[in-house]
Amino acid sequence: MNTPTELKYAASHEWLSEDGTVGISDFAQDQLGDVVYVELPEVGREVTAGDTIAVVESVKTASDIYAPASGTVTAVNEDLSGSPELVNSSPYENGWLFKLDVTEERGDLMDAATYTETAES
Amino acid sequence: MTQTPENPTEPTLKRTPLHAAHLRAGARMVPFGGWDMPVQYAGLKAEHDAVRSSAGMFDVSHMGEFRVGGPGALAFLQGVTTNDVSKLRPGRAHYNWLPGESGGLIDDIYIYMVAEGEYLLVVNAGNIDKDWAHLQRHAAGHNVTLTDESDQWALLAVQGPKTLELLQPFSDTDLAARKKNAYFAARLLGFNVMLARTGYTGEDGFEVFIDASQAETLWDKLLEAGVTPAGLGARDTLRLEAGFPLYGHEFSETIHPLSSSYGWVVKDKEHLGRTHITAAPPQRLIGLRLERVPVREGYPVYADGVQVGTVTSGSSSPTLGHPIAMALVDAAHAESESFEVEVRGKRHPATRMALPFYRGA
Repeated sequence: MNTPTELKYAASHEWLSEDGTVGISDFAQDQLGDVVYVELPEVGREVTAGDTIAVVESVKTASDIYAPASGTVTAVNEDLSGSPELVNSSPYENGWLFKLDVTEERGDLMDAATYTETAES
Repeated sequence: MTQTPENPTEPTLKRTPLHAAHLRAGARMVPFGGWDMPVQYAGLKAEHDAVRSSAGMFDVSHMGEFRVGGPGALAFLQGVTTNDVSKLRPGRAHYNWLPGESGGLIDDIYIYMVAEGEYLLVVNAGNIDKDWAHLQRHAAGHNVTLTDESDQWALLAVQGPKTLELLQPFSDTDLAARKKNAYFAARLLGFNVMLARTGYTGEDGFEVFIDASQAETLWDKLLEAGVTPAGLGARDTLRLEAGFPLYGHEFSETIHPLSSSYGWVVKDKEHLGRTHITAAPPQRLIGLRLERVPVREGYPVYADGVQVGTVTSGSSSPTLGHPIAMALVDAAHAESESFEVEVRGKRHPATRMALPFYRGA
């Protein structure tokens, strides 16, 4: 399992970068299996940490994505509409979901080591 | 991210004779109808594709097997099923229904005729106890013996266009000569098995009945022979593409059995629930195609702005590359071409598509 150390992670498997980019972890994409559809938020939407903000669908199931921080959505990954499988092949780079102008992070985000322990337990 | 749980955690899950083999193959196990079953090994799509292009195998040992024997076996089965059991001959099998008193389906089943006066019924895993009680109740007064052999048999489904090619070198029987719905004893990979040319994927293949104690060795030999292990995830997408109804989704005790296109299973004979089954169904089962967003069981279906039905099964189709679904809609709208399906509060266009969505070679 690939878990970059420069990111922060939510127990619900979203990652948040320093610049407010959000995606799902390598562990999460592996658990989900082949991603076939991603429903992204509208740019400009204001969200509160913990809100359901997107949905990632695999062949078998739909999974809610929760905002790891409060703020405003400034961009969404348009590439996912034609190539949702980027979430599987490149969860931390080309498969990012959306960007937030962060006002406040969730208080319970974890570093990579803690997240790895939690996810694998 | 949270996944919608497919099943709640159950404390005492039953295990098939292949449980250890699944774990060795790296399966992700999930609770299914009271059983701890493999949902996928390498990945759902890869397993699905293996069955469409080569050969895959499923552990379906969780399904139930009941033996019905005795001089009254035929008369008994005629009364509790809708298809004409008198048409079966030894070594032949057919699809059949177990109707309840009020016409809803207790289960959909397969009946294998073993010999004169002897039949094997294969029933859905989640319905074993219910079916058994139902059959016991109606057996009273018939000269039949009913035996629950569910624990005795392991059942493997080997499915895919290369099944014959892969299995033939390991059998003394001319497998290609056996027609669809044939049921026969054979040697396979050194074991005495019963083979049935039946399946639930839309592909050619065999269901292999083997003594539970020998199942794990047979599984390993099939792996060596090049058959890909496939889990419940692939089994569901394959059966959905093939347009096969699934009990608990397209069939139930409350869904009118004639809603589906399987009305041919009801023959002109006296049987339980007959009066109710021959009435016109208020709903029809249809196929839907969506362009992008997958739709799931329970999502509302609209026509002309009004809700006319509900999705019963839905998924992205790995073979076709777009989402597909089956839905029960009001009979008056069954011929409409355009629908909408509501997904998380938003309606998406859906086109009616003939079932099956996919037809094997």
